[in-house]
Amino acid sequence: MKRKTKDKLTLTDLPHGTDARVKSVHGSSRVSKRLMELGVVPGVELQVVKSAPFGDPIEVRLRGYSLAMRRSEADAIEVAI
Amino acid sequence: MKDTSVDRHLTIALAGNPNAGKTTLFNSLTGLKQKVANYPGVTVERKTGSWTLNGNAANLIDLPGLYSLDATSLDEQIARDVITGEQSGVPKPDAIIAVVDATNLERNLYLVTQMFEFGVPVVVALTMIDVFEKQKHEIDIEMLAALLKTPVVAVNSKTSRGIDELAEKVKEVIGTTPVVPYTFEETSENGAHGKIFTRYNFISNVVQESVWHSDHEKHRLSEKIDRVLTHKFFGLVILVAILLLVFQTIFSWASLPMDLLEQGFHALGDFVRTQMPPGIFADLLADGIIAGVGGVVVFLPQILLLFLFISLLEDSGYMARAAFLLDKLMSRVGLHGKAFLPLVSSFACAIPGIMATRTIESRRDRFATIMIAPFMSCSARLPVYTLMIATFFAGQTVLGFISLGAVLMLAMYALGIVVAIIVAFILKRTVLKAPPPPFLMELPPYRLPNLRTVLQNMLTRAWLFLKRAGTVILAISIILWALMYFPRSSQQSAVSSQQTKMSEPGAVATGSELPESEQLKHSFAGKLGHAIEPVIEPLGFDWKIGVALIASFAAREVLVSTLSIIYSVGKDETEESETLLAAVRDAKTDDGRPAWTPLTALTLMVFFVLAIQCMSTLAVVRRETNSWRWPLFMLAYMTGLAYIAALITYQGGKALGFG
Repeated sequence: MKRKTKDKLTLTDLPHGTDARVKSVHGSSRVSKRLMELGVVPGVELQVVKSAPFGDPIEVRLRGYSLAMRRSEADAIEVAI
Repeated sequence: MKDTSVDRHLTIALAGNPNAGKTTLFNSLTGLKQKVANYPGVTVERKTGSWTLNGNAANLIDLPGLYSLDATSLDEQIARDVITGEQSGVPKPDAIIAVVDATNLERNLYLVTQMFEFGVPVVVALTMIDVFEKQKHEIDIEMLAALLKTPVVAVNSKTSRGIDELAEKVKEVIGTTPVVPYTFEETSENGAHGKIFTRYNFISNVVQESVWHSDHEKHRLSEKIDRVLTHKFFGLVILVAILLLVFQTIFSWASLPMDLLEQGFHALGDFVRTQMPPGIFADLLADGIIAGVGGVVVFLPQILLLFLFISLLEDSGYMARAAFLLDKLMSRVGLHGKAFLPLVSSFACAIPGIMATRTIESRRDRFATIMIAPFMSCSARLPVYTLMIATFFAGQTVLGFISLGAVLMLAMYALGIVVAIIVAFILKRTVLKAPPPPFLMELPPYRLPNLRTVLQNMLTRAWLFLKRAGTVILAISIILWALMYFPRSSQQSAVSSQQTKMSEPGAVATGSELPESEQLKHSFAGKLGHAIEPVIEPLGFDWKIGVALIASFAAREVLVSTLSIIYSVGKDETEESETLLAAVRDAKTDDGRPAWTPLTALTLMVFFVLAIQCMSTLAVVRRETNSWRWPLFMLAYMTGLAYIAALITYQGGKALGFG
């Protein structure tokens, strides 16, 4: 599951500090619903601020607040720069 | 117009996102008139208070902090049931105050848009407006209210700004029906989550028309602080330093008030003895009730201190960072990043540690943390370790210079941690198995904690501990006292407690009295000791140690005082440890062999690392899991593990030629 098709860019691939726009939110309906409730809906702008000491979780900034998520969740968010 | 509704007792619900300033607003509206309980059957906290709005008394319900009303978590389910009037024991609210953080408007408004759909009138209380304006942003409150089609009031709990207006607006809306200010499109392209998308689209428009952001946002203070506090290296160093400080505080600074409390109860027991005629009632009061309750209240300073720290860390926003830093480490064992602090606290005492697991939202993660917390060697085990080491391993060294006692002490702590990791690993794959919940955690901006909120939280926790745990512990104390007190073997009038190190108030010494050790031998507890002897014999324990094990079920350190009673060690406390060491070393079994060897001592230490041996912990687990199943499961598996580990230690040691 680590391998991703080249044409799909997810939040895990996004370099820190780069602005991006959410294209779609995948994952189990539990995860995608929660993400969307927290404002990660298609069209919203966000950026990855940093990752924790052991590389996981990551801090994402959107809608004026910071959200921490594990890479497994970030993988479900498809973005476009 | 609303004459009937004004006369009856109003019910107002307070709802909002976590970190939106809901608790602060609740406290400022209700003052000290609040009640904390659980919703029936669950551990979701139910906080209510009375609020007088322009002459009408209202019952204010503080709903748990939530991001959505879609009922995915237990908190959300309860909040939804309260709003729809389906929660038993809570009348359907007449109005909802939606607490909205102005600095985080979009996500906070999401919950508000959902509230409109329930038909209960909503008033928006806009908090953090001072912070928002300081950042040079502007918000058009009238425009916001017009777009949301519901009243919006800017409030500040510190300056009481907007509190009267809030009351006015709430009274105005009661009896009205809210208008949902947007429409769902039937054919949504965004699949199952189309409603969420529609709500957020509406919010984006509202915010665009009512808020002007300045360009200063880039230099937010929180980001600067975070550069240090969540730094890959310094972040961890600071975290360890903070944990050490917390640990140090509960471990050592609490000892002075704890000693004072202990002495206070001791003095109270003595006072009762001198004031009451000697006999069973004086014994019950002094040894059963005062000593039993005293033994619990002694933990209070630790609990107060721990919750002071937890409230400070939580309110300042640091707790989320600590969980962020440690999540990777903790997730390897299947635990949440937030489990770290409760586990560290458990080194001082498992009780506040278990109470601190409330910050973990996922029930399974929380229960797994509760189940392993008592493996952390708490301060009550120290007297046991110390006695064993001082008696049998003092002055010996490893590799010529390292003290054997220190190595053993460290090994006991390590054993607890290793077993905890293994148990957590197993529990998360069996009993508490679940797909890992999504780890989505807000990192709120750093804020100065509100002193009043912190103190109130601390006092609430302390009160809950005293009230709930206290009742169960009192009952068990009396039972244990009775086990050691009955049957009376002669006409004697008084026997001092096995539960505390109280010195005998001299007034009751009479010639006909049996020594305490004799009384203990013939008591039910003594008989129980004999009864369990076949079971504990493979561990190298005789029936006297069995009695001490039974007595120390009340609390681990009671082992020490019980051993001094069994071996009739002099009551002078200053000499107690000295003579107890000798008594333990010279103790003989009934057939004349030495009762203790270094191997027995080691086995006993291993047993104490893993056995629950603490009724207060079980009482708190009962309360925190809201069921007897979990504490009984804990008692069974921990005792089982302790027995097996002790058996391996003793039999293995014997096979290797020790002991």
